[in-house]
Amino acid sequence: MELSGGQILVECLKAEGVDAVFGYPGGAVLHIYDALFQQEQVKHILVRHEQGAVHMADGYARATGKPGVVLVTSGPGATNAITGIATAHMDSIPLVVITGQVPTSLIGNDAFQEVDSVGITRPCVKHNFLVKDVRDIAATMKKAFYIATTGRPGPVVVDIPKDVTDPRVIVPFEYPASVSLRSYHPTVKGHSGQIRKAIDLIVNAERPMIYSGGGVIIGRAAEQLTRFARLLNYPITNTLMGLGAYPASDRQFLGMLGMHGTYEANMGMHHCDVLIAIGARFDDRVTGNLAKFCPTAKIVHIDIDPASISKNVVVDVPIVGSVKSVLEEMLPLIEDAGGAKQPEALAAWWAQIAQWRDMRCLDFKTNGEVIKPQYVVQKVWEITHGDAYVTSDVGQHQMWAAQYYGFDKPNRWINSGGLGTMGFGLPAALGVKFAYPEEEVVCVTGEGSIQMCIQELSTALQYHLPIKVVSLNNRYLGMVRQWQEFFYSGRYAMSYMEALPDFVKLAESYGHVGMRIEKASDVEAALREAFAMRDRLVFMDFQTDPTENVYPMVPAGAGLNEMILV
Amino acid sequence: MRHIISILIENEAGALSRVAGLFSARGYNIESLCVAPTVDETLSRMTLVTRGDEQIIEQIIKQLNKLIDVVKVQDMADAPHIERELMLIKVQALEGSRNEVYRLAEIFRGQIIDVSESSYTIQMVGPGHKLDAFVTALGAIPVVEIVRSGALGVARGPRGMTVPDA
Ligand SMILES: Cc1cc2nc3c(=O)[nH]c(=O)nc-3n(C[C@H](O)[C@H](O)[C@H](O)COP(=O)(O)OP(=O)(O)OC[C@H]3O[C@@H](n4cnc5c(N)ncnc54)[C@H](O)[C@@H]3O)c2cc1C
Ligand SMILES: Cc1ncc(C[n+]2csc(CCOP(=O)(O)OP(=O)(O)O)c2C)c(N)n1
Ligand SMILES: [Mg+2]
Repeated sequence: MELSGGQILVECLKAEGVDAVFGYPGGAVLHIYDALFQQEQVKHILVRHEQGAVHMADGYARATGKPGVVLVTSGPGATNAITGIATAHMDSIPLVVITGQVPTSLIGNDAFQEVDSVGITRPCVKHNFLVKDVRDIAATMKKAFYIATTGRPGPVVVDIPKDVTDPRVIVPFEYPASVSLRSYHPTVKGHSGQIRKAIDLIVNAERPMIYSGGGVIIGRAAEQLTRFARLLNYPITNTLMGLGAYPASDRQFLGMLGMHGTYEANMGMHHCDVLIAIGARFDDRVTGNLAKFCPTAKIVHIDIDPASISKNVVVDVPIVGSVKSVLEEMLPLIEDAGGAKQPEALAAWWAQIAQWRDMRCLDFKTNGEVIKPQYVVQKVWEITHGDAYVTSDVGQHQMWAAQYYGFDKPNRWINSGGLGTMGFGLPAALGVKFAYPEEEVVCVTGEGSIQMCIQELSTALQYHLPIKVVSLNNRYLGMVRQWQEFFYSGRYAMSYMEALPDFVKLAESYGHVGMRIEKASDVEAALREAFAMRDRLVFMDFQTDPTENVYPMVPAGAGLNEMILV
Repeated sequence: MRHIISILIENEAGALSRVAGLFSARGYNIESLCVAPTVDETLSRMTLVTRGDEQIIEQIIKQLNKLIDVVKVQDMADAPHIERELMLIKVQALEGSRNEVYRLAEIFRGQIIDVSESSYTIQMVGPGHKLDAFVTALGAIPVVEIVRSGALGVARGPRGMTVPDA
């Protein structure tokens, strides 16, 4: 088959089973758009800002586990995509981002809309390529998908100069059946000696704690994790990125840990004697003060990325491998060993945990008709039967969504944890809805964050993506305000959102339904009304308590046992 | 601790910037860095000298291995090895100091590779500390210019750095 570069690119996408590309056109990618236009199989979703395109592809990837694909033009198209790329990179999300580039003959000449995309993206991608010859497109795309989706996943940028997709240059095309790189061999299977050592430590634990993270979601190992925890009857906590990997409604689940983790999870971490870290990376929001972290624990750490192991916390038994494969190998060994070997100690440990639980750290005070944000999230959970796909932006509302929407299934909770990107929620929700049009998709946001990618309401209308936006409007950059209240004696510098738009009218002018809810007693009815509108995007502007804070909180520099509870 | 790290990396445009970018982004220190082709023209070999405690060196090696283009990384400190560096040093050599410079160069097994009325340029090869010792030995004799290659390292014995199959 003889094809042009643009056609080859489209054929590569088809060969990879890509059903959608999220993008925005411009000069350097016109040949590619022309090739996309002349076929039906790969759909294109036209966003309103390139950041939105990357977040949409990212949301799509987080929900489906398939790589998200983005197409943007050179220069400003590429720079607008950076925030999205960095967001995906921090959370290890597989993306293939195609950026147009100026023609090869002009590279380096400060040509119109030229930026060094490979240079700019280098620190925030898993890998990137500049394709200088049309004959290299197919092999490069094969590598890009392979690298993005294997090992520890991440975004891969493929930068393609305009002349490389010139329709007048036709070359033979064949998509490589397989790919292998001598410099890239991710380890999947864990070292059996290390696994045996770990089992010995695990089954003999007296005060065990399972701490699992995003790696279980990314590695599609929620089922194995659940079997592992149940087999041992050990308490389990999830990071913000790991929520849903273990059912939140299960009695062994202690909630999220870390800065805004539950009392029982953080105390469990602090007092455990064996910590089993599974696909989690000991982030500073999780560990608190490293010097005070898990002072009495021996630590087992399963992670596919050797560089995650002993980076922040030195561990006793490292196991490099995929969560799924390692847990599959561990399960029969634990059964053979007869399960946990310290039933009395374990019973005492559970009794201790029950006491911590009795603190009921997530209870909150209601106040007449003032809408409590936590209450709104609880009601959303009720009305969606805890089974919606929930995306969020960044701030207090994100923490409340994480704390009060109990996720029983993986891939349902979609948020930017590592980079903490305001503006992520709405486009990510649209990406999820595109993938699963029949599912309920909710974006929990704040009046600050939503304004960072609000233009995508227009994309939602064009492609009929009827999600529900739950805006917890506290008239503050609440998370900033909370820090200022606690640590800057209430000097609220620039955290008050003045001159807010009328979100109802705004939603309406984008062609959607807007609702403003001001009283606690109206919350439930409003939600029911909104969720009954199956085929409309409804923007719910909840006027919530502006003074509410996220609790518990481990202040910076403190240990996990030093929480502010209310 | 000072470590010499050898890296085999795909000989592609931008390979150097991936390594240099990694070090600057993560705040690792680079004392010297030397890059050149190998017998296999698809590969470059970098020799990098860095400092850090055990945990940092371990992270550096893991992070280098994580770069997709990096084929192999070896910490020379793991096994007996030879370290060499090339120095070209231009030293003032006037009436009063000319003989002294000549004599010192001999003692340190340097070769004089350029001569002018007022200077000698000496080529010297050795481990970094030997080159440092020479500079110290020159004492008050003015140095006009020093060019050093940075350290190179190679493991002792019959084995070389092997390239894994694809
Ligand atoms: C406002 C705000 C507040 C926050 N507060 C908290 C908080 O209170 N608690 C909290 O937990 N987080 C919090 N975060 C999130 C935090 O910043 C980190 O993003 C998060 O803790 C990291 O989660 P993780 O350790 O699960 O790692 P991830 O970023 O999900 O990384 C996954 C790990 O798993 C590994 N991995 C990937 N795939 C596999 C596989 N197949 N097999 C094995 N390993 C694999 C990766 O190498 C990596 O080490 C907050 C973020 C924001 C924005
Ligand atoms: C792009 C970006 N800029 C700044 C921040 C810092 N930041 C974190 S939370 C927050 C406030 C978010 O306000 P809002 O969306 O209203 O949420 P709330 O905390 O009030 O629920 C800010 C400014 C960020 N995370 N991302
Ligand atoms: Mg707010």
